[in-house]
Amino acid sequence: MDEKLNVSASPHIRDKVTTGSIMLMVVIALLPATFFGIYNFRHENAWLLVVVTTAAAVITEYLYEILMHKPVTIKDCSALLTGLLLSLNLPPTLPLWMGALGSVFAILVVKQLFGGLGQNFMNPALAARCFLLISFTSRMTYFVQDGVTGATPLATLKSGGSVRTMDMLIGTTRGTIGETSVLAIMLGAIFLLFFGIIELYIPVSYLLAFVIFITIFGGHGFDPQYITAHLCGGGLMLGAWFMATDYVTSPSTKRGQIIYGICIGLLTGLFRLFGGSSEGVSYAIIISNLLVPLIDKFSLPKPFGKGGEKA
Amino acid sequence: MNKCMERLYNGLIKENPTFVLMLGMCPTLAVTTSAINGIGMGLSTTVVLILSNMLISMLRKIIPDSVRMPAFIVVVASFVTIVQFLLQGFLPGLYDSLGLYIPLIVVNCIILGRAESYASKNPVLPSIFDGIGMGLGFTVGLTSIGIVRELIGSGKIFGLQVLPDSYEPVTIFILAPGAFFVLACLTALQNKIKNKMVQKGDPSSEKIGCGTDCSSCGRKNICGSDTINNA
Repeated sequence: MDEKLNVSASPHIRDKVTTGSIMLMVVIALLPATFFGIYNFRHENAWLLVVVTTAAAVITEYLYEILMHKPVTIKDCSALLTGLLLSLNLPPTLPLWMGALGSVFAILVVKQLFGGLGQNFMNPALAARCFLLISFTSRMTYFVQDGVTGATPLATLKSGGSVRTMDMLIGTTRGTIGETSVLAIMLGAIFLLFFGIIELYIPVSYLLAFVIFITIFGGHGFDPQYITAHLCGGGLMLGAWFMATDYVTSPSTKRGQIIYGICIGLLTGLFRLFGGSSEGVSYAIIISNLLVPLIDKFSLPKPFGKGGEKA
Repeated sequence: MNKCMERLYNGLIKENPTFVLMLGMCPTLAVTTSAINGIGMGLSTTVVLILSNMLISMLRKIIPDSVRMPAFIVVVASFVTIVQFLLQGFLPGLYDSLGLYIPLIVVNCIILGRAESYASKNPVLPSIFDGIGMGLGFTVGLTSIGIVRELIGSGKIFGLQVLPDSYEPVTIFILAPGAFFVLACLTALQNKIKNKMVQKGDPSSEKIGCGTDCSSCGRKNICGSDTINNA
């Protein structure tokens, strides 16, 4: 009854879409990657890390809002999504308390201290990943699969070795829990595109800019196998479809979204090819998150009837 | 003597340069990676602050108003050079870890700020105590930040292992972002305590770190200052 009597400014378009339903859709879209990751790292008990990290995010949000006497917003699933995204960005062998610490950092510092959902200036899950990466570098870059330690395909690629692209496509490789399987991620991405939750502007401009960058500077020219390996390796796909497209931390105009995508693409290429580590998606995205206010200001559309050319 | 004690209280608590005035942020954030660095930086600054406050207060009637800044800088720089050579000679380890931040004491805004706003207008003895108070306030601030960062970031305090070996240090706390986290948390903590004191009606805790700019002050509702009425 309350909703019907709600007085608000025009336009009075009604839709059933809510923040909660969008967040829930993204969570559903992440399920293929999650389940594949849990299956792929079944010997490392990855499911436990996923559950603990996700639960820690939701509990942190609940406790903070109770303690601060704010309306409890765990029902909108945004904390659930942040926790899940963070867990997919962690290596399966990470101690459980570190995953939980990352969740607390994501929700408390990056999201709530800046004013809650809609006010965070960078993607909480990625910020927490970078927090953990800086704090526990060796733990965060320790990759195991089926009990065997080794380099990720991307690290092998960087040191000049050859990788099996087919394995990377399916996802039976080393890496973080949710990033290995390109197929599972694409399944979720198609789901999101189909329901109109995300649009193509950011991911496509991101991937295109990245491909152009590594074609020019990768030292292999236009080598389809090398480029495919780079596209399927690391967190690129997860980042492009699920992280870069976060509503809060991406520009609101089409032009801005394309600039933003190109920005992330170039930074990712730069970090991967010339950086000290083999991966650079998370840093590229959070740095571009910081540029979003600037991009938004620059790509502001002209109001109709204003700013015409002076005769 | 009462005035001297008031200066000490002012520097340590009421207008603590680190947590209230937010002055000298550059060394605060950069050198507090360990408690020993914090205390070393704090005490070096204290020595320079006391001596420069004393000399500037002595010379306050001689220094012409129009060139007071260059004159202050010359005085401060002389003392910083002395402190730097003494550190290099007697505490080479600390000298190495503080590095560039020792010469930078010259432009530390706490020192110039105290010279400008206190020492150049007040007699010698209160100025010395102002220097001691502010310097100790700075030292306490830096040391407490250093202790927290060192404890979380490497599991030690003053170089002694206090947390068990199984503790996995959160390295980010001894890197630059950790300085901001710890500074923010400690400042929030002391604001919380001071707010409670104000609510209890403790008159000595009012008008904390107050300039005259009441319009942009977050505390104007609980503050009983006259400046609000004047503005």
